[in-house]
Amino acid sequence: MTRIAVIGNGMVGYKFCEKLCATSNRKDFQITVFGEETWPAYDRVHLSAYFSGSTADDLIMASKGWYQENQIELLTNELVVHIDREHKKVVSHSGVEVFYDKLILATGSAAFVPPIPGVEKTGVFVYRTLEDLDAIMTYGRKAKSAAVMGGGLLGLEAAKAVMDMGLEAHVIEFAPRLMPRQLDAAGSSILQSKLESLGISIHLSKSTQQINGEEQLTGLQFADGSALAVDMLVVSAGIKPRDELAKACGLEVAARGGVVVNEFLQTTDESIYAIGEVASYKNMIYGLVAPGYEMAAQVVNQLTEAEVKPFFGYDMSTKLKLIGVDVGSFGDPFGDAEPSKPIVFEDKVKGIYKRINIAANGKKLLGGILVGDASAYGMLLQMVQNNMALPPEPEALILGNRGGGEMVGAGVESLPDEAQLCSCENVSKGAICMAIEKDGLTQIADIKACTKAGTGCGGCLPMVNDLLKHQLKVMGKQVKNVLCEHFDYSRQELLDLVKIKKIRTFNQLIDQYGKGDGCEICKPAVASILASTWNELIVKQDTIQDTNDRFLANIQKGGSYSVVPRIPGGEITPDKLIVIGEIAKRYGLYTKITGGQRIDMFGARVDQLPDIWEELINAGFESGHAYGKSLRTVKSCVGTTWCRYGVQDAVSFAIRVEERYRGLRSPHKLKGAVSGCIRECAEAQSKDFGIIATEKGWNLYVCGNGGSKPQHAKLLVTDVDSETCLKYIDRFLMFYIRTAEPLTRTATWLNKLEGGLDYLRDVVVNDSLGIGEELENDMAFMVQTYSCEWKEVVNNPELRAKFKSFVNSDESDPSLEFQEMRGQKIPASWS
Amino acid sequence: MIFELEKYKTTEVTKVSTWYRAAPVDAFPENGGACIKYKDLQIAIFNFARRKEWYACQNLCPHKMQMALSRGMIGSDADEPKVACPFHKKTFSLKSGKNLNGETCDIATYPIKIEDGYVFVGFEE
Repeated sequence: MTRIAVIGNGMVGYKFCEKLCATSNRKDFQITVFGEETWPAYDRVHLSAYFSGSTADDLIMASKGWYQENQIELLTNELVVHIDREHKKVVSHSGVEVFYDKLILATGSAAFVPPIPGVEKTGVFVYRTLEDLDAIMTYGRKAKSAAVMGGGLLGLEAAKAVMDMGLEAHVIEFAPRLMPRQLDAAGSSILQSKLESLGISIHLSKSTQQINGEEQLTGLQFADGSALAVDMLVVSAGIKPRDELAKACGLEVAARGGVVVNEFLQTTDESIYAIGEVASYKNMIYGLVAPGYEMAAQVVNQLTEAEVKPFFGYDMSTKLKLIGVDVGSFGDPFGDAEPSKPIVFEDKVKGIYKRINIAANGKKLLGGILVGDASAYGMLLQMVQNNMALPPEPEALILGNRGGGEMVGAGVESLPDEAQLCSCENVSKGAICMAIEKDGLTQIADIKACTKAGTGCGGCLPMVNDLLKHQLKVMGKQVKNVLCEHFDYSRQELLDLVKIKKIRTFNQLIDQYGKGDGCEICKPAVASILASTWNELIVKQDTIQDTNDRFLANIQKGGSYSVVPRIPGGEITPDKLIVIGEIAKRYGLYTKITGGQRIDMFGARVDQLPDIWEELINAGFESGHAYGKSLRTVKSCVGTTWCRYGVQDAVSFAIRVEERYRGLRSPHKLKGAVSGCIRECAEAQSKDFGIIATEKGWNLYVCGNGGSKPQHAKLLVTDVDSETCLKYIDRFLMFYIRTAEPLTRTATWLNKLEGGLDYLRDVVVNDSLGIGEELENDMAFMVQTYSCEWKEVVNNPELRAKFKSFVNSDESDPSLEFQEMRGQKIPASWS
Repeated sequence: MIFELEKYKTTEVTKVSTWYRAAPVDAFPENGGACIKYKDLQIAIFNFARRKEWYACQNLCPHKMQMALSRGMIGSDADEPKVACPFHKKTFSLKSGKNLNGETCDIATYPIKIEDGYVFVGFEE
């Protein structure tokens, strides 16, 4: 039994354990891991996700249970203070002593804090651990602005984090450009203008001389005489290897920090290895996870006597999404390692910069830079790493093939089998193809589980996905994006078929274009398509509707239904309020004000629904479509009519908008809002479409939502008049209805839409597809053919008869049980 | 409510002692379901017109003990006819009552026959 001690439980330390446990020799080792933090190893690469709602648990690489299951002794909150090389023993601050045969140093790095006067002041933070983040979040609650020192990868991540906290964000960089190690001046300037348009202020060539303030930071003083007033500072100016333990026990340490290792990751003591950011190979520290994982793998190979690939350095190519901007830097990004010529493409309007460096002989790709569109990253990196021959017109690599047809030699299929697709987990193309063929995998999730490809940084997933599609195609398998087993078509294709072939029922569609009998996925999806196209009464085909649409009410716990009449813009007369109150009282319904400024009545039996609605309709109400994947409400503030700040009549416009789109069936529910001024009391920026009044007209925001993953709506156009605003909403909604997948909210739809907001604006505002008028006409048809479906049911005895608990008895459902809470009824609880 | 669940037992057609005349055929929507009450049982009946088949099962979804299956959408999984509970879309085979998601227990099914324009459900007393 070999005793292994691992000092450091970060990503690389964890990976070492994972890899060692996966070998067949696991039983030969006894493993003890020391971690100084409270948590087991977590994902530091995606730290900023902590600010946008991820919890510590989401970021944990493996739970404490995993270590137990794998019989690894994990000692968290234990800081190793001494390595006794003579007796092969490590000692922790609390006195724990562990003997080892092999010791793994995976202590990683700490944030480098430059020795600037005042750096000890309150309000100065580093960005490294979950504890740092907690401290930043707590302090940030009382701050308005924050500066991040360092415009590198981590610095920009930190800037996103402070922006997500709602603070005014500044980035301070010493160099004359952002990401100086990855980007050239032109690429950097595109990135800068993108970030600035998001509201981040960038300060370049700034050497911070002093941190101002008494005990608490109040701002920064720069060497050029300028100053910046901020409430907090996050230092992200680089890393410093945690080599102090190694130094104290006499291991050789590099001049610029880091424990010196040879190509077998051995330190100057052959029973001690160093891996990850603490290791210095030929005076180089590798501050990315992929090389750290590779080091871990090679040490495991040595311990288990598997084949070892010596570590001779590592490609430092990176691709990431920085605050929504894709950035890639690969091979030799600046083309200065050997003679080369660049091909450069720059589009300042769309914010895209691409550069590839071609060897002087014109035969090879050496490296390059991608900003704004890094979709070609994976392929380009492969070409560099595999020394692949360039196509005859290498500019096609970044410009696309303008002659039409398939581009030769640039798809994933042209890669050799040994090409490493996933560098974090070192998975080759051949291994993935094998898994697809032998194990019959058809889903990305299966490939991730089976080969681990794409489970690290995730940067290779687009390529793995391409490979999967290609491989399945080669094997003759269907790879289309299809609705379900009954239709080999996407929702968009089915919508086109319904429209062109004038199909009006589910049965017609499945008989002509599907197979089998349908299911709970395709039935409501087709019902939605039919409703969005023909706008016929949905209960005519009641059995293809989800239960809420079948009974035109929302099913609730216990099987009773709730009733929501439309209250456009949230405006209601006292008389109508009284009607609602009387009805609720008469039928014994629980009442609650909804988030969309209307009133929900709960606890109605299915057989009571038509009677309740008859009364509501007689009092001038109509369906609120709370049960449908359709327009719900258009929320409003009181606007100019009452509010002393209002600049437009928000209520009138909200009512107009709500009445225009009422009953509109769509892939998912739709919510809107109109705010009468910049104070935004109607919370329009959290809606699928939000309208905010300006002095000159309206600003239109689209694709926001609340819910479990809140997303702010994005500004589509500014200062448009009411007619133009409606025209753009018409186009936007119809475009969404036509192209979205089932049950996809507008925010998710936009996130997946190729070209994003710029493309959407092109289609809706600039009419780049030339379909603007068609979309408007489609919407005009929906508006003209609208009718209240409850009114039709109430007045149609045959439809009305469907609202019964039992077909063989007039009894009402005896299983409905209620109890009382705060003077109203609620359903008996879930079993 | 667990007691409620125990009232429903899959009945083999050979063991039927009572054929209960539930309702006329046209009381049941095509390709959908409706509920009948027999003594203290609630039975979901499905008129699977596309397949020219009829099915009967308990109306109670065992997942959250909701009287709901008759209001669910029916369909097929490969060739297996199924119903999806409207609450959380758990699906059950209409033939065997087996839970097709493997997440909750199975449901009881009952023999059904059509005679003289009426739907009859078989019970074992």
